Amino acid sequence: MAGGRGLAFYALAYLAFLYVPVLLLPLFSFNDSLFIAFPLSGFTTKWYAQMAEDEDMRAALWNTLKVGAVASLVSTSLGLLAAKALARPLRGRAALLGFANLPLLIPDIVLGIALLILVSSVSIPLSLVSVAIGHILICLPFAIAVLLSRLEGFDASLEEASRDLGENAWMTFWRVTFPLVLPGIAASLLLTFIVSFDDFLIAFFLCGTDTTLPVYIWGELRFPYKLPNVLALGATILIVSGVMIAFAEWIRRLGASSDANLPLGA
Amino acid sequence: MAEEFVRIENVSKRFGETRAVDDVTLGIGRGEFFSLLGPSGCGKTTLLRMIGGFTFPDDGRVVLDGEDVTSLPPNKRPTNMVFQSYAIFPHLDVRDNIAYGLRTENLPATERDARVDEALAMIRLAGYGARRAQELSGGERQRVALARALVKRPKVLLLDEPLGALDKRLRETMQIELRQLQRAVRISFIFVTHDQEEALSMSDRVAVMEKGRVLQCADPKTLYEQPASRAVASFIGSMNFFDGRVSAITPRTITVQTASLGTFDVPKNGMTNFASGDPVVVAIRPEKFLLAEGSALSNVPGRILALSYLGDRSQLQIAIANAPAPVLASVPNTESQKNFRVGDAVTLSWPQDAPILLPPG
Repeated sequence: MAGGRGLAFYALAYLAFLYVPVLLLPLFSFNDSLFIAFPLSGFTTKWYAQMAEDEDMRAALWNTLKVGAVASLVSTSLGLLAAKALARPLRGRAALLGFANLPLLIPDIVLGIALLILVSSVSIPLSLVSVAIGHILICLPFAIAVLLSRLEGFDASLEEASRDLGENAWMTFWRVTFPLVLPGIAASLLLTFIVSFDDFLIAFFLCGTDTTLPVYIWGELRFPYKLPNVLALGATILIVSGVMIAFAEWIRRLGASSDANLPLGA
Repeated sequence: MAEEFVRIENVSKRFGETRAVDDVTLGIGRGEFFSLLGPSGCGKTTLLRMIGGFTFPDDGRVVLDGEDVTSLPPNKRPTNMVFQSYAIFPHLDVRDNIAYGLRTENLPATERDARVDEALAMIRLAGYGARRAQELSGGERQRVALARALVKRPKVLLLDEPLGALDKRLRETMQIELRQLQRAVRISFIFVTHDQEEALSMSDRVAVMEKGRVLQCADPKTLYEQPASRAVASFIGSMNFFDGRVSAITPRTITVQTASLGTFDVPKNGMTNFASGDPVVVAIRPEKFLLAEGSALSNVPGRILALSYLGDRSQLQIAIANAPAPVLASVPNTESQKNFRVGDAVTLSWPQDAPILLPPG
């Protein structure tokens, strides 16, 4: 029994280690004090009001959303093409897959520097465009991984049946492949959006004066009186990403239950 | 064959070093139920896929109703296919599955609906339009795949082992249904199977394939009674083989000398490609043997090694002298039939027209 109690304590400590730091953010975001310290001095929502009125913050958020939308759409589209090719028997498939996944292993700081050198040498101005290019690069391996897992085990005779019933390759894609891969596409869009939203290093190198939200937050940390605003912002991001992850999981399950419809591999 | 409707002309297909289909020429008639029969890997599915346009031949032509379709993609061919996995679209219900191919036909909505209803009635699934693939049994899926292909009114229907995934009883029911359906729609069916009983019972004609080649193409009765080679004879039904030599030829009979069965006459019956002194293989079906107890008037003595009781008949393995393997004999279990036991001495005889003479090899 003592062993059981010890394990329960260990599990609790483990969970506390994971979540207490994160939960401090919303806690202090409602604390009526400039200083991040116990004891709490009172409940307030003024930091949220201040945050909402901060023009710079709103501009940075808008920049992040724009970059995230472009990066997730482009990387998911390119990822779908790559995954479609990699899902069938192909010479050098393993090597191609390795190359496609390599950006995952390159440290973001190295990628950031490399991209900075590249965009300045081809004289692309440092802007949201250069950030989006960088984000597409880091998002692609995630998109390929998610979509490939969806496309593998896809019964090729479904596409053949569509061709047989009179549809060309393009209509076959729209009427058969796309609807069946849709849960994977949705999951890829969400995941790549989060990767882009979350990125600091590459945006820091490439954004120039068009700050994204993480770069903006980093800048704000220099001003102690802005810290509660940042806490409010962090708490908001936490809740929104929680909702998004729940949504992604819901879609994934939807996809998984519709997998029961897929004919058993023949 | 009434009229040649599909012509496969010197078609070959290689995958790397393997000749999947090797110089095959076949003609298939209008409204014919034609089967491609062979063990897995014999090239029958590759040949079917070349007729459907999913694979293109390296050499040769595929002509369909007078039109050379060799290089046309599947969506440009007047053929439709029932896939081995049925390939029912999981995101569509039964109705939309069947209507899938009608989009490109540009039919008025009323006619399209009418054709789908007609197809649902044909496969006796009239109330099933709103169901999804996972709500259907194997046999129902099979029928939906069939309706989805036939609603396109193809000139030729291709079927890739469509009954392989069904259990034995359902398969037998579907065989009869499929045959009746084919007679009703009068479309040429090209049916791929590895099950020789299925091919024999359903087809007008069967092409037996092995290693990418067609060994023999004939109606089921001819295949069974007059196989052209040892390979066909052993693939269709069971068969006993004995090595021998032609010792004499008269205008009506061929005299064959064997180590195991002695010397005997076989009616010539059009077998003209043998000369005196040629080596031959004598093939005799198990059910052709007549068994008698003891050593009576008949010719080959033997002893029963094993006996399997199969209800309507019994199958016996009989050891005879100078034969490489025991002889397989099958006797009907009628009242008058003697009850054989393992170890009994018996004599084997056969009607004069039972042995089939085949070239060696």
